[in-house]
Amino acid sequence: MSVRAAKVGVGAALVTMPALGHAHLVNSGLGPFYDGALHLLLSPADVLGLVAATLLAGLHSARAGRLTATILPVTWFLAGLAGLYLFGALALPWLSVLSFALLGALVAFNPPLPTAAVALLAGLFGALHGLLNGSALAVIGAGWTSLLGIAVTVWVIGLLVSAAVVSLQAGWARVAVRVAGSWVAAVGILMFGWMLQ
Amino acid sequence: MNLLSSSRHAGARRLTALTLFLLWPVAAWAHIQSGEAGGLVSGLSHPVSGLDHVLAMVAVGLWGAQLGAPAIWMLPVAFPMMMAVGGMLGLIGLPLPGVEAGIAVSAIVLGIMVMLETRPALPVAVAIVAFFAVFHGHAHGTELQPGQNAMLYSLGFVIATGLLHAAGIAIGFIHRWDAGRKLLRVAGALIMACGFFFLWSAVS
Repeated sequence: MSVRAAKVGVGAALVTMPALGHAHLVNSGLGPFYDGALHLLLSPADVLGLVAATLLAGLHSARAGRLTATILPVTWFLAGLAGLYLFGALALPWLSVLSFALLGALVAFNPPLPTAAVALLAGLFGALHGLLNGSALAVIGAGWTSLLGIAVTVWVIGLLVSAAVVSLQAGWARVAVRVAGSWVAAVGILMFGWMLQ
Repeated sequence: MNLLSSSRHAGARRLTALTLFLLWPVAAWAHIQSGEAGGLVSGLSHPVSGLDHVLAMVAVGLWGAQLGAPAIWMLPVAFPMMMAVGGMLGLIGLPLPGVEAGIAVSAIVLGIMVMLETRPALPVAVAIVAFFAVFHGHAHGTELQPGQNAMLYSLGFVIATGLLHAAGIAIGFIHRWDAGRKLLRVAGALIMACGFFFLWSAVS
């Protein structure tokens, strides 16, 4: 094995290193569907990445927005089912932070990406966080109804945010979106510091 | 006699009403903010708690407004990201010499830039802002209270910083008028003067 391959292996192992899961589900008082919705809204890592993915899609084009708003909840739900029924306690904090920091940086720098790449990134983010949500639900014995609540909330937020950004015409408004992306990336960078501490 | 009695009763009623009003209990908020909400509020309030930070961050916005596009948004994007890098360096224990002096010098340099309405090349302006942002992040990005949520603290910290830049940009829009342009330069001079005061405090 070359030194480079060993370095890549160590890096990948570090990024995917599992941590102790602090699984819980907030009780909305309205049943498991809304418990799931509330869980998403109270999970900053999920929300930041979700917002960044949909901001990126909205900045890119209406087609990217439509694709992302469709792919995100589907991958979130399917990967969530895998997490719910196939995996136990699973927490990947490094990968979770890396995912939203990367999406935030892409929003900030807004590089010319193909539509398929924007949708693929959103799908990967949805799959990762769906898997984490599903495994968290499995630990506390929650069912797929909560996961459905999460996925529907993802769909609603994805539609609203990407549609709002697509409709922005003024240059300063699109700049404000990119600034918001830089904030998401900055939070990610700080989180790496907290985790390394 | 009746009139006098009625007047006394009215006075007594008013006095009673006033006493009751003064003694009216209000909802008690007898607790400190803790946990996740505390983390967000703590992060939001941190950048505005020190005049040195506030002036430097507002100066970034003022300078961006003077420079116009694309600096007007490049500077506020560069600052939080490099500030986060500074915060990360602080969190992993990497020492940065002269942090407080660096923050004071940031106010001096940015104040001078605004005062003289300096127009360097965009990469130079971004590099200046990014360089000083590291000091601000190193000093203040790491002061999380025990028990608070690190991610929400970070989010609040970054948002507050960004809003200070936005305030600077909003103020900087007076640049389109002659009088406003002069006022901005005076503001730059004041920021520079405060920076010298901070530097004197840091090294004395």
